[in-house]
Amino acid sequence: MLIRRAPRFAASEITDPKLYLSRRELMAGAAALVLMPAPGGAATPKGQALTAARNAAFSLTEPPTKIDHATTYNNFYEFGVNKDDPSRLAHTLRPRPWTVQVDGLVHKPKTFDVDELIRLFPLEERVYSLRCVEAWSMVIPWIGFPLASLLKRVEPTGQGKFVEFTTLLDPTQFPAQKPGFFGYSSLDWPYVEGLRLDEALHPLTLLTVGMYGQVLPNPNGAPVRMVVPWKYGFKSAKSIVRIRLVSEQPKTSWEKAASQEYGFYSNVNPAVSHPRWSQADERRIGEFRRRATLPFNGYADQVASLYTGMDLKKFY
Amino acid sequence: MSHRARIALKIAVWGVCLTPLASLAYRAWTDDLGANPISAVTNTLGDWTLRILLASLAMTPLRIVLGLSWPIALRRLLGLFAFAYVCLHFSVWIVLDFFFDWARMGADIVKRPYITLGMLALLSLIPLAATSTTGMIRRLGARTWTRLHRLAYVAGVCGVLHYLWLAKVGVRDPYWYAAALAVLLGVRAWAWGRRAVRRRGAGVAATSTPAGA
Repeated sequence: MLIRRAPRFAASEITDPKLYLSRRELMAGAAALVLMPAPGGAATPKGQALTAARNAAFSLTEPPTKIDHATTYNNFYEFGVNKDDPSRLAHTLRPRPWTVQVDGLVHKPKTFDVDELIRLFPLEERVYSLRCVEAWSMVIPWIGFPLASLLKRVEPTGQGKFVEFTTLLDPTQFPAQKPGFFGYSSLDWPYVEGLRLDEALHPLTLLTVGMYGQVLPNPNGAPVRMVVPWKYGFKSAKSIVRIRLVSEQPKTSWEKAASQEYGFYSNVNPAVSHPRWSQADERRIGEFRRRATLPFNGYADQVASLYTGMDLKKFY
Repeated sequence: MSHRARIALKIAVWGVCLTPLASLAYRAWTDDLGANPISAVTNTLGDWTLRILLASLAMTPLRIVLGLSWPIALRRLLGLFAFAYVCLHFSVWIVLDFFFDWARMGADIVKRPYITLGMLALLSLIPLAATSTTGMIRRLGARTWTRLHRLAYVAGVCGVLHYLWLAKVGVRDPYWYAAALAVLLGVRAWAWGRRAVRRRGAGVAATSTPAGA
């Protein structure tokens, strides 16, 4: 037997979302007033607005991944090996003041303050797809400028063939850099990544200082990181303190840890499996069904020519 | 141990084993499974399969080391919960992760050793679940049944290797499971060894005495 009951609330009794949202804003505003630093005090860069015009020619039209997902589901081993470690622990990272040393085989080596970088180079927003080697992906609106602009400014000598990126080494800011049980460490610190010079100079290669209209959040590699969209995510070094032009191919952290799994090139390639799992498809965060992974993460038209004649199964 | 205490223990096992499921259901309901819910559910179910399976494998060593008899009464219940969790883990893989893409899953079972091992662990638990009833023990005879149920060790070893093999560089959790399994198997090996020595010692004593006389 079906027992019909009157609804417990009349529709009109339910608060209009606009009203309760405005109440929340009011409360948030009150909280902000209390928490606001005194005038002249150091403002926290977290969540600080940073806007730049979108470069449509370099942007996907897909809607971006939810920012909450992009800032809470991260691989950033300096905080720990779990995806939620960076968002839980990244408050220990101090992204200001911060300098980036740019040197090696260049005529004009220079150490830049991160705010100086932001002033010197015109920022643009680019919506890129980020494909993790673990077969998931996101769509992220990054804010930055082509790495090529910075490299040109320090005038490469012509002997440099590779660019090496080094992440900050500081166990007081990166808890997982402290040795654990029996001196255990997940990777050999500091984190080192590298690109061939032509890859580093490619217009898609972005030195990144923000995302989602904000200064780069700590879990995403504040204050300055690389974004190389046609390569697996780990190739994009985070919290960079040094960019160095070198003549030899840099020995990267992941190659040292497991060279048979993580090669120097690590271009997104559905035809080359990770030794333990397939790279043929991926799960876009926020989607239910897996989708096919595209060669060079969909950027083949722009970058495939960098690798003509190379056996990508050998140079994975 | 009294009948009542035994029932209380079993209720406690039910409670502990159902809590992770309830927690998953709650997190799903409140949209708290994070950016990659399918992976979160798969990993949680896999973790609990191994934990409960290792708990079931710990009951005999508890008797050997501490001389307790009550753990044996929980062994079947724990084993069946481990089987339930592995079935859920497998179902999530089929339905949520690969959405019935049989060709792709088949290829992975053949090509990816960690998935092969996971399948082996699951397969070795099926006959154990099927013969878990008292009636089946009687029908098979205690000896055959005991032999068959040594497959639980195969499931434990394959399950732990499955986790070791799939974990990425730097993840230490699977090593804890491997260490726990090694201890549990070690206790049994030690007990078997001791029994064998005693048996041989008895045999040697029986045959050598007349010859020496």
